[in-house]
Amino acid sequence: MSATALLEVEDLSKQFGGFTALDSVSFRVAERERLGLIGPNGSGKSTLVNCLCGALRHQSGSVRFAGARVDGLPAHQRTRLGMARSFQLPKPFGSLSVAENIRIPLLYTVNARKGAHLDAAALERRCHELLELVGLAGKAMGRPRDLTQVEMRKLELARAMAAEPKLLIADEAMAGLSHNEVDDILALLHRLNEGGVTIILIEHIMRAVMSFSSRLVVLVAGRKIADGLPAEVVRNPDVVRAYLGE
Amino acid sequence: MRTRTFWLVAVLVGAAFFGLSLLAPNQYYFQAGYKVLQYVVLATAWNILGGYCGYVNFGSAAFFALGAYSTVALYKILPVPLPVLILIGGIVSGVVGLGMGYLTLRLRGAFFSIATLALAVVVQTLITNWDYVGGSRGAYIIRPMRVPILGHYIEYLYLIMVVLCVLAIGIARTIERSRLGYGFAAIRDDEQAAEAAGVPTLRLKLVATTLSGALMGMAGAPLPYYVTYLDPASGFNLAYAVNSIAMPLIGGMSSWLGPLIGALFLGSIQEYTTVAFSSSSGLNVLIVGVLLVSFVIVAPNGIVGLVESLRWRRR
Repeated sequence: MSATALLEVEDLSKQFGGFTALDSVSFRVAERERLGLIGPNGSGKSTLVNCLCGALRHQSGSVRFAGARVDGLPAHQRTRLGMARSFQLPKPFGSLSVAENIRIPLLYTVNARKGAHLDAAALERRCHELLELVGLAGKAMGRPRDLTQVEMRKLELARAMAAEPKLLIADEAMAGLSHNEVDDILALLHRLNEGGVTIILIEHIMRAVMSFSSRLVVLVAGRKIADGLPAEVVRNPDVVRAYLGE
Repeated sequence: MRTRTFWLVAVLVGAAFFGLSLLAPNQYYFQAGYKVLQYVVLATAWNILGGYCGYVNFGSAAFFALGAYSTVALYKILPVPLPVLILIGGIVSGVVGLGMGYLTLRLRGAFFSIATLALAVVVQTLITNWDYVGGSRGAYIIRPMRVPILGHYIEYLYLIMVVLCVLAIGIARTIERSRLGYGFAAIRDDEQAAEAAGVPTLRLKLVATTLSGALMGMAGAPLPYYVTYLDPASGFNLAYAVNSIAMPLIGGMSSWLGPLIGALFLGSIQEYTTVAFSSSSGLNVLIVGVLLVSFVIVAPNGIVGLVESLRWRRR
């Protein structure tokens, strides 16, 4: 693995009462990498995301981001450091307009960092750029409830991108979307990656994961059972067994 | 409208409003006006936490009464001018608001509301058993008959309430258009998503409870001078808690205008029924109840929301 890992997860464990959701998970993500994270339902993918982003506290192990430990930090500080996420079920700010949804991370992440301060005009411009990027510019004044499923997911991604992250964790950004819509989102993620953003893609749609990821990590029942090149991982007997049974 | 312009307009409107009030034929109008304006401040204060952040506070009466009782306590130590008492009442209730926020804001929804209700009961019990401020017997405040320039003391109290209204509404409106307001809205809509977008939710909620509590305390601080006799049953009256929720709900919780309209509307009706019928009949409370239920069914976004949706339809 490269020496300049952006994210280093070491022996991460998380229990809910007596249930072990994550069991000593370790992996690294290099800068500008596209990591696919797969696993059957209930294997701990979303719990892992929540622990990485600070929505949940893990019991043991460590998370290092860009060289610094982030374990104890609340979620908003991790976002400010450059970890952004999209939610599996889109969580738009329903009472705000689509443009205002983007404005929140601009105000609270970009403007909260040292050095950068967007004035009113710059905020407006940046909102528009981001909505343009995901193809929602025409709906800027609309409410999130008037968006379609795919637009909602694009808004979710645009909001994560507004924080100008170094690492984007896309938690099932494509679940339930049609073939073409999946391609839409994949193209968007590729563009972001080319712009220098490291991406962790959590997905069930194998076609999407296989075409996007440069590396694959497989979680089964809270344990990492495989980590490597996608083509090799899907031939791994343990992975095949987990997905298809004996 | 720019925030600075809004403040200017608010001050001018407040001054004009007070000027017009001086034409009132007798003292009763100040007596009644004070009560309605006091509800404008309370409703606006409640809305900062309840409307903007989505945290329903059932304990408004406690913050209000704490303001009033800090006046009683100070009155017995040394005579300070009313504006100073208001400031101190604001600080006391603000600090209690901060403390309450720190203890309860990890709770959400109904659990938070129940905790605020419990706080109100605890504070009331403490005050009832605190002999220095009169305990359950209550305390008398002797207010001057007249003040220089204005004349009657009630006109002075009324002026102070007008100033507090301008202050509360100005603060509410400033928050709405600021970074803070966007953060509050994000908290109201989805706290987890707000955190993920970089919003320090706990800190912002503490700002909201402190500010909301402080304004309620400021609204309560002049109360002893208004009633001249204060006991826990009147200071912690259920009407304060109910009205400070009902007024924003009926007016509309999305902007500063809602609590203002709701308080003027509901406050005036209550004052009218109290005078026209009888204060002991409970008719004023019945009216609040009926209006509240009707609005929740017919116009869940309040009067402001109703007008907005009518305008939207006409376009």
